Amino acid sequence: MTALVDKPPATMEHLPLRHARLPRWAPILVVVVSFAASGLVGLLLGWGPVAIVVLALLLYLGALPLWSRAVENRRSANDRFVTGLVWVALGIAFVPLVSLLWTVIGEGLPVLDAKFFTWSMRNIVGEKGGIYHAIIGTLLITGAAAVISVPIGLLSAIYLVEYGGKSRLASSIRFLVDVMTGIPSIVAGLFAYALFVLFYGPGVHIGLGGAVALSLLMIPIVVRSAEEMLKLVPADLREAAYALGVPKWRTIIKVVLPTAMAGIITGITLAIARVIGETAPLLIIAGSTDSTNFNLFKDQMMTLPVFIYYSYTQPGNTPEIARPMAWGAALVLILIVLVLNLLARVLGRLFAPKQGH
Amino acid sequence: MATSIDISDLDIYYGDFLAVEGVSMSVPARSVTALIGPSGCGKSTFLRSLNRLHEVIPGARVEGKVMVDGQSLYDAAVDPVEVRRLIGMVFQRPNPFPTMSIYENVLAGLRLNNSRLKKADADDVVERSLTHANLWGEVQDRLGKPGMSLSGGQQQRLCIARAIAVEPQVLLMDEPCSALDPISTSAIEDLIHQLKSEYTIVIVTHNMQQAARVSEDTAFFNIAGAGKPGKLIEMNTTKKIFSVPDEPATEAYISGRFG
Repeated sequence: MTALVDKPPATMEHLPLRHARLPRWAPILVVVVSFAASGLVGLLLGWGPVAIVVLALLLYLGALPLWSRAVENRRSANDRFVTGLVWVALGIAFVPLVSLLWTVIGEGLPVLDAKFFTWSMRNIVGEKGGIYHAIIGTLLITGAAAVISVPIGLLSAIYLVEYGGKSRLASSIRFLVDVMTGIPSIVAGLFAYALFVLFYGPGVHIGLGGAVALSLLMIPIVVRSAEEMLKLVPADLREAAYALGVPKWRTIIKVVLPTAMAGIITGITLAIARVIGETAPLLIIAGSTDSTNFNLFKDQMMTLPVFIYYSYTQPGNTPEIARPMAWGAALVLILIVLVLNLLARVLGRLFAPKQGH
Repeated sequence: MATSIDISDLDIYYGDFLAVEGVSMSVPARSVTALIGPSGCGKSTFLRSLNRLHEVIPGARVEGKVMVDGQSLYDAAVDPVEVRRLIGMVFQRPNPFPTMSIYENVLAGLRLNNSRLKKADADDVVERSLTHANLWGEVQDRLGKPGMSLSGGQQQRLCIARAIAVEPQVLLMDEPCSALDPISTSAIEDLIHQLKSEYTIVIVTHNMQQAARVSEDTAFFNIAGAGKPGKLIEMNTTKKIFSVPDEPATEAYISGRFG
């Protein structure tokens, strides 16, 4: 006993808080060395670039943890391995995105000029035209889809959160909304077609039908995102309003909705971005035309996705003109979605509850 | 302006669960009544049943009678919204509306009820309510700032200003100082002293010194065990409760011996 008291174990005296660390530039060095080694092997064996990159990444994932294990400790080695995995996963996720943007911008940018934005394809044969008619169609149809889905979606979400709660009706609506999320877009198009055939007879093509089909796809997204946002509004605020003698409906309009507005707007924008590129339903119901059509309630309406589809698959006698135009239209579509997203951020910041000073 | 409340045989339920059983008491006008008792004994639930806020929770209901100025609160013909205009409430955690400025928060009760106010009248209400809540001096030159930009104690006083701006007859306070530091607490206690000349105040508190400091009457609630309903054990003048209470259980609680 006394011996133990007199001489505590060495670790008690001196806890090893310091240990050897790899230098800061170690990961970069390993990356460079891995790529060099893999490149050498690849060139000798005549591999393609993909195989070389894959081998380099595997080398990196193996070498850095091993080195770390030798110099540092086991936890650091694990840390470096998982950090490496995360970076590789990020890189893989970026590959299609960057490649897609690169291709679309590279192919589409040269086509963009004033004529491209201001002309339709009416009476244009064998020369470059414009996509004015498709931009108008896309904006009108998507706008109409938003006009249909936002009130329905928002009101459904308000019912689900503020009135339905855990009732059976609310649960079944939630289930059906989830089912609706999974409806294939072509089925939505067929539904809209079947619906409008009832009014206009077979072979109907109408912009409003496209809007109805898109709103079928959009409503469940709006409902679900708005529901989540409304749920985030603290019950405290509702009770504070009730305690002031404010009726429930007015509490919802004046307190709950403004507090959740930023998130709801973001959700709506994402829903629009999701449906603006839909092709299949519009092929069926909105059809395709070379002329600009401002009337949602009559005749065919061209949209950007359908324009891209036809220009690429059926370029006619002049594919060297039609195909670049498809790329240009694709770039414009991406730009529209980008602008929508930026708009959502600005609006979200504008409506966000004001905190701090 | 002030009003007394008479409660008889009040049972309060959450669904099938009986949370508070058989409360009968009367709250005198223009005075402060404190509700004390251990956590979970139903003080807050009881308080929330006095302005019909209890029934906002799904499945919650009340049996028994609450009479305010001779009118039964739970009469079928009574609109709970009207009741809440008459009986204001301040909550445990300060909850200013995050989308509104200090100015708009004070006016929230009036504006949300859609009464049109002239700018001069609105300014008047804001100044009067904030002065009443001891906050005017601190915020008068930044009324346009968000309500959330204030400190916790200021936010709570803003919530009190918001509650008294609609000129209720009764003010219910659910542990209004539990989230505040001693200085803010003392500011709010001063405020309660000033307000009681005009309002009937019912305050729930865990702080027995606070109950002794601010209230004329004190009601002691207790619970026999987990899952059992809370009951009113004793209601008496605060002086009597804290010196010679009638019930041994009250004395045990006050002096720190439980059970």
